[in-house]
Amino acid sequence: MSYLEYTVKSVPTGFRKILYLNWPLVLLLTAVAGTGFLMLYSVAGGGYSPWAEPQMKRFALGLCLMVAVGLVPIWMWRNLAGVAYGVSIMLLIGVEFFGAVGMGAQRWIDLGFIRLQPSEMTKITLVMFLAAYYDWLPAKKTSRPLWVLLPLLIIIVPTALVLKQPDLGTAILLMAAGGGLMFLAGVHWAYFATVIAAGIGLVVAVFQSRGTPWQLLKDYQFRRIDTFLDPSSDPLGAGYHITQSKIALGSGGWTGRGFMQGTQSRLNFLPEKHTDFIFTTLAEEFGFIGGISLLVLYALIIVFCVVSAVMNKDRFSSLLILGIALNFFLFFAVNMSMVMGLAPVVGVPLPLVSYGGSAMLVLMLAFGLVQSAHVHRPR
Amino acid sequence: MRRSRAETDASHAKLGRRAALLGGVQLLFMGGLAARMRYLQVDQADQFRLLAEENRINIRLIPPKRGEIFDRNGMQLAQNVPSYRIVMVREDAGNVEDVMQRLASLINLTPEQTESAVRELNRSAPFLPVTIAEDVSWDAVSAVSVNAPALPGVAPEVGSTRVYPRGSDFAHVVGRVGRVSQKDLDALEDPDAVLRIPRFQIGKINVEAREEKLLRGTAGTKQVEVNATGRVMRELERREGQSGAALQLTIDAKLQNYVQARLTGESAAVVIIDCEKGDILANSSAPSYDPNLFIGGISSKDYDPLLTDKYRPLVNKTVQGAYPPGSTFKMMTAMAAIEAGIIGPDETVYCPGHLEVGGRRFHCWKRSGHGWVDLETSLKRSCDVYYYDLALKVGIEKISAMSNRFGLGIRHDLALSSVNSGLTPTKDWKLQNRGEDWVIGDTVNASIGQGFMLASPMQLAVMTARLATGREITPRLVKTVNGVEQPVKGNAQLDMKEGNLRKMRKSMYAVVNDRRGTAYRSRIIADGMRMAGKTGTSQVRSAVVNNSEVPWEQRDHALFVGFAPYDNPRYACAVLVEHGGGGSTAAAPIARDVMLQALYEGEPPLEAYPTGDRGRIKIQQRKLRDVQPEARIKKNSDQA
Repeated sequence: MSYLEYTVKSVPTGFRKILYLNWPLVLLLTAVAGTGFLMLYSVAGGGYSPWAEPQMKRFALGLCLMVAVGLVPIWMWRNLAGVAYGVSIMLLIGVEFFGAVGMGAQRWIDLGFIRLQPSEMTKITLVMFLAAYYDWLPAKKTSRPLWVLLPLLIIIVPTALVLKQPDLGTAILLMAAGGGLMFLAGVHWAYFATVIAAGIGLVVAVFQSRGTPWQLLKDYQFRRIDTFLDPSSDPLGAGYHITQSKIALGSGGWTGRGFMQGTQSRLNFLPEKHTDFIFTTLAEEFGFIGGISLLVLYALIIVFCVVSAVMNKDRFSSLLILGIALNFFLFFAVNMSMVMGLAPVVGVPLPLVSYGGSAMLVLMLAFGLVQSAHVHRPR
Repeated sequence: MRRSRAETDASHAKLGRRAALLGGVQLLFMGGLAARMRYLQVDQADQFRLLAEENRINIRLIPPKRGEIFDRNGMQLAQNVPSYRIVMVREDAGNVEDVMQRLASLINLTPEQTESAVRELNRSAPFLPVTIAEDVSWDAVSAVSVNAPALPGVAPEVGSTRVYPRGSDFAHVVGRVGRVSQKDLDALEDPDAVLRIPRFQIGKINVEAREEKLLRGTAGTKQVEVNATGRVMRELERREGQSGAALQLTIDAKLQNYVQARLTGESAAVVIIDCEKGDILANSSAPSYDPNLFIGGISSKDYDPLLTDKYRPLVNKTVQGAYPPGSTFKMMTAMAAIEAGIIGPDETVYCPGHLEVGGRRFHCWKRSGHGWVDLETSLKRSCDVYYYDLALKVGIEKISAMSNRFGLGIRHDLALSSVNSGLTPTKDWKLQNRGEDWVIGDTVNASIGQGFMLASPMQLAVMTARLATGREITPRLVKTVNGVEQPVKGNAQLDMKEGNLRKMRKSMYAVVNDRRGTAYRSRIIADGMRMAGKTGTSQVRSAVVNNSEVPWEQRDHALFVGFAPYDNPRYACAVLVEHGGGGSTAAAPIARDVMLQALYEGEPPLEAYPTGDRGRIKIQQRKLRDVQPEARIKKNSDQA
């Protein structure tokens, strides 16, 4: 209820709010998405179809969505946080029963006009709900065991459901984002030390379970980890993706091979070149300079979000912005690590660049929340 | 619940600190990503660039065009013609079954063919062409082309195959090619990569095999860009290979054709050598076979008769066969003796019809004996005892050495398969190979070309050419390579007394032209075309029985060697008729016919023959005029 403590009157009203949007952030997002259009145009062999054009339309829709969400007062969103979280959990349970199977995992519900990926939505609703929780919780109670256990439960329920799909990548992102939010909210260091220790224990347990009846991961997930650890062991099999991706990146050199000149992606040596591995195409065609440029754009988005959050005196708003920024960071950090051979192939797209409607709309919605927090910040 | 200002500020400050910390960690991680990117893209760029090139560039071989083979006058003996096959690409075909059905009705495919083709199509990558039918006719190709709209994904493809337009005439000279077999590859130490190309043809026997290196040429390469599934995207670079060399043989195809036709029905061999350069003008072994049958793999229906034929059509009798030379060897015995000075050409020996040697009686073929004979008479009437006597005096070592100088017992290096070196026995040879001591009877047998003595028709022709010219004539089969004349060997004089050689030629002249000579009936009467020679009848079995009373396999081999014109030798020949009976009756007439054909460079005038023969020869000439060689060349080659 803290917003009541601020002078609401200083918050802009009506369509004047548009002027108070975080415009630099909008420009940065557009720049990143533009890079995506360029790459999708390139991997299609120089054509707007099948990827670039739908992606542009979706981004345009996403921009509208972001502004629309941004114009709605942030306290409305805070009040909806619990409901949103609940719906997400329901949908996650729903995909278990009605979900379509793709790539060996149950991930989406086909609503006819859109393929809904509840796990995507959950990334945002979890952050929203945790931010609302810590906004409601008095600061001094933050580190008390009971009040730590509760958010843990909030995180673990959707994580477990996502893991069940099974979608290891998203599950790890959810855990990381949830944990990050708890850290931001001021939970005591000791808890994190415990969790990290437990995490290491879990990893050991997972590897120990291999080949036993209570195996915790599917075989293909184990294989992915294997090939990550030693991609050269199977260069034409499961290690193929990583090897080819590194070749594409490396052959780009300083300045790249030129727009639409990347042989690795154009000749299909790269897997999933329009989705998870799109960064390799960028790095191959525009080289180190192109790759660094995109990384800088991402970094600026993070910086603008953090600045916006720190300047915001509303606890929910700050936590929400930081949580969304963390989510965004995790997205591209995991994806880039993956294509550079620093992380196993876990199927995480490059945010705003990779082709994909569901992920983009959810992200734009999230940035809508960031805008809403920015516009309605106490002044 | 209302919070104190201080509490809110404290928690906000803490949030700020932690946000800064987390943000810092994030930036640090991004720095790590940047460092990694720099490592991959800058430090390791060269290596990865190389890997990317290896990925995308595939080097394909372009099969070279095999060298063609011509006769001495430029007539084509082996050529390359386009061969057509029908291929189908699955992804372009759409409904494979449907298209296949339409195709099958159009070009008459058997159900097995269509079935295996469909299986193959389903097994291979969708963009790869699969061969449906091979070696199809031009009609089938045009049928497919005309109906192209109804046959999506189906296309004719053109390759190249060898064709021998002269068919059976040149099976024993040019030989044949065939698909590269595992055996071929195993035989080579470092097989050329081009041999691995599907449907590539390699020389299997004779000139095609022995001159494989020249004929094959070198493969070109093309660099193609391929995608991850191996589909060719475009051609980047093309380096043409080198076609095989064009070979011109010394053979005269027209003469070869005549000789082959003349030998029809016999199991025989004829070699005609040019006395100037040693060029082999004809190298005929009968019966022959059509090499075209073998190219795509021969059916057992065609192959079995060739294998079981008692005339052995697959054997090249001119160089592979080694026969006892019989009386044609007598010149060697005589040359050894008169060159050694043991006997003068005019000295006489008494022939009582036999000679007792070491307690064994060796008969002359004429039991009643020839009486006193000198060199000319003995050769003309083919007296055996005269040569027994000479051989006993001069010894086997000198006879063998002399025959080696005339090219017997020596492997002539020709571009033919399985060239036999024959055998000129010596005492050492017998000890080493038979483990027995040489006995005097062996010398007696060898003196008349029997016993261990073996020679191929090619060697006998070389011997005759050397006798005729007094030079070390060496046979030559390849005349030019890519238009470059090949060296002529053997212009050196045989280091022998010219008088002895002249006497020998004169004696050989008498064999054919003297009324009492053994080959008198096969003489040539045209002026300046007179033939000299020697008949030979080599025994296959030991007992003397009339030839007409024994089965073919046990009859004597008939031989004749000769040269013409006598006063200015141009050609030398050797004729062998396996189990033909007497040399004078079976071999000499063939020799006369082929020599006249060579001398007149075509059909000789009847006037060249003695009057009594002309009627028969006229009929024979009419029969042999333009006999086409047996050649089943596929129809599509006509269209090429």
